[in-house]
Amino acid sequence: MNCEECGKRPATLHLTKIVNGEKTEYHICEQCAHEKGDVFTGFHNFSINNLLSGLLKFDPMQKNGRETATNKPLQCETCGLTYSQFSKSGRFGCSDCYTFLGDRLDPLFRRIHGNTQHSGKVPERMGGKLKIRKELEQLKQALQSHVASEEFEKAAEMRDRIRALEQKMAQS
Amino acid sequence: MSQKQFMQNPWSNWMKGEGPDSDIVISTRLRIARNLRQHPFPLLATDSQGEEVVRKVTEVSDSEAMRKRHQLQVIHMDQINPLEKRVLVEKHLISPHLAEESRKGAVLLREDESVSIMVNEEDHIRIQVLLPGFRLNEAWEIGTKIDDIFEKNLNYAFDETRGYLTSCPTNVGTGIRASVMLHLPALVMTQQISRILQAINQVGLVVRGIYGEGSEALGNLFQLSNQVTLGMSESDILSNLYGVARQIIEQERVARTYLLEHTRVSLEDRIFRSYGILMYARTVESKEAAQRLSDVRLGIDLGIIPDVSPLVLNELLVTTQPGFLQHHAGQKLTPDQRDERRARLIRERLRVVESQE
Repeated sequence: MNCEECGKRPATLHLTKIVNGEKTEYHICEQCAHEKGDVFTGFHNFSINNLLSGLLKFDPMQKNGRETATNKPLQCETCGLTYSQFSKSGRFGCSDCYTFLGDRLDPLFRRIHGNTQHSGKVPERMGGKLKIRKELEQLKQALQSHVASEEFEKAAEMRDRIRALEQKMAQS
Repeated sequence: MSQKQFMQNPWSNWMKGEGPDSDIVISTRLRIARNLRQHPFPLLATDSQGEEVVRKVTEVSDSEAMRKRHQLQVIHMDQINPLEKRVLVEKHLISPHLAEESRKGAVLLREDESVSIMVNEEDHIRIQVLLPGFRLNEAWEIGTKIDDIFEKNLNYAFDETRGYLTSCPTNVGTGIRASVMLHLPALVMTQQISRILQAINQVGLVVRGIYGEGSEALGNLFQLSNQVTLGMSESDILSNLYGVARQIIEQERVARTYLLEHTRVSLEDRIFRSYGILMYARTVESKEAAQRLSDVRLGIDLGIIPDVSPLVLNELLVTTQPGFLQHHAGQKLTPDQRDERRARLIRERLRVVESQE
C-alpha cells in the first residue's frame, strides 16, 4: 500500500483514530509522518493518557478489593463518570468528579505532583474564610520568626492582627 | 486585525526577538487552565453545553474591564478550514488538540498575538501569554490579571484542597504551565544535553519539543516547563523554572565560548555550509531546514554571520512549516512541492536580507 499523503513511498505507519465511535484509518510513510510531525492527529495525547492510565491500573486500593466490598462502582453523581472510566481515559468529566472520586485520587496526585494540597492562588470571590485562613497561616509564621529573632514589638503587632482576624473569622 | 490577517501575517509578537537573553531564549509562554462550575468539562459536554461556555467566555471578553486592557477577537474553530487551523498551531496560538479534536472550540486572540485564550480545549478556558525572550514574571502578571477579570464574572470550579479543578489530573492546583523555548545548539554539539535533560526531570520540570508534548526537539529548540502544579505556589513554580533556565542559559553560553575557542574552524565551516545550503538549495525538507536554520542562528549570535537578523530566522521557523507553506500557496501541496517552496522561500528571504545590508 502506498502512502496516503505523498502517494509515492510505501506506507509504513498505520494509525487508527476513534472519535465518538467513528473510526478513521491512516496509512502513511515515515517521511510524511515526520513532515506532519506533532500536528498529526493522535500522536500528541498518546503518551500522557497512556502514562496516566498506567499509573491508575496499579492502584494498590484496587487490589485489596475495597471497591467490590460496597458492591457499587465508585461514580460521579453529577456527570456519571465511573472510577474505571476515569482510569482508562485519565480525564475527569466535570468538577464534581473531584468530590465523588475523592480519596481515591490522593495516591494519584501524590505520584504526579508529590503533593495533594493546593497552596497557590485563591479566587477573590471564593475568598471569605479561605482567604482569612491563608492570611492567618502567614501571620503565624511571621510571628514565630519575629519571636525567634527577638523582635518583640513586631511579634506583638502580629499577635494583635491574628486576634483581629480570628474574631472576624468567628463572626463570618 | 481581521481573521484573514491572523492567518497570513507570519509575525507574532513572540517572534520579535527583543526580550532579555533573546540569543538563547526564543520565547516565554504561560498557560492558565480554568473551568466553570456546573458545566461538564469539554470532553463530555454536548454541543449546546459547549456553545453555552463559549457564549459566557466571550461575554466577559467583551466586558469593559477586558476591553480596557485587551482587544480580543473571537475565532470559532468550526468557521475556519483545516489549513487555517494549522497555521494558528504553527504560530503557537492554539494547540493541535483545539484545532483537531475540540467540539465548539474557539480562540480569543489579541491583535499582537501575545495573548490567546482557548475555549473548550481540554479545559473550558486556557489563557495563554506568549512573549519574546525570557520574561516569566511579566507573562504571569499579564495572565493573572486576565484570570482575575474572568473570575469576577464567572463561577470558577475551585476547591479549597485541590485548587483549580481541571480536566486532567496533571494540571490541577494552580493550573499553570510556564515554559521557555530555548535554542541550545552548543549543548547539543558538545553532547552535554542528555546529561542536562536527565537532571531536569529530577527537579519537577520537563523538556519537550517545540510543538509540545510528544514532539521532537527540531532545530535544537527545547521547551522547558514545569511539571508539578499541585502543592507549589505560582511564585514557587516560576522561580524554580527561572532558576533552572538561568543555569541552562549560562551552560549554553559556556559551551558556545568553548566551541569558539577550541574548534573555531570546524564551527565556522559547519555554520557557513548550512548558510550556503540555505542560500542555494532547490529543495529542503523541514527537518533539514530546522537544523540549518539553527546553525545560521548560532552563526549570527556568535557574530560569525554578521549581516542577517535573527528575526528572519524566527519568521522562517514558522513560515516554512507545512501548514503555512500550503496556506500561502492557497492549495494543498505534496511533500516534494513543499520542499521546493520551502527552499525558495528561505533563499528569497536570506537574499532580501543580504541585499538590504
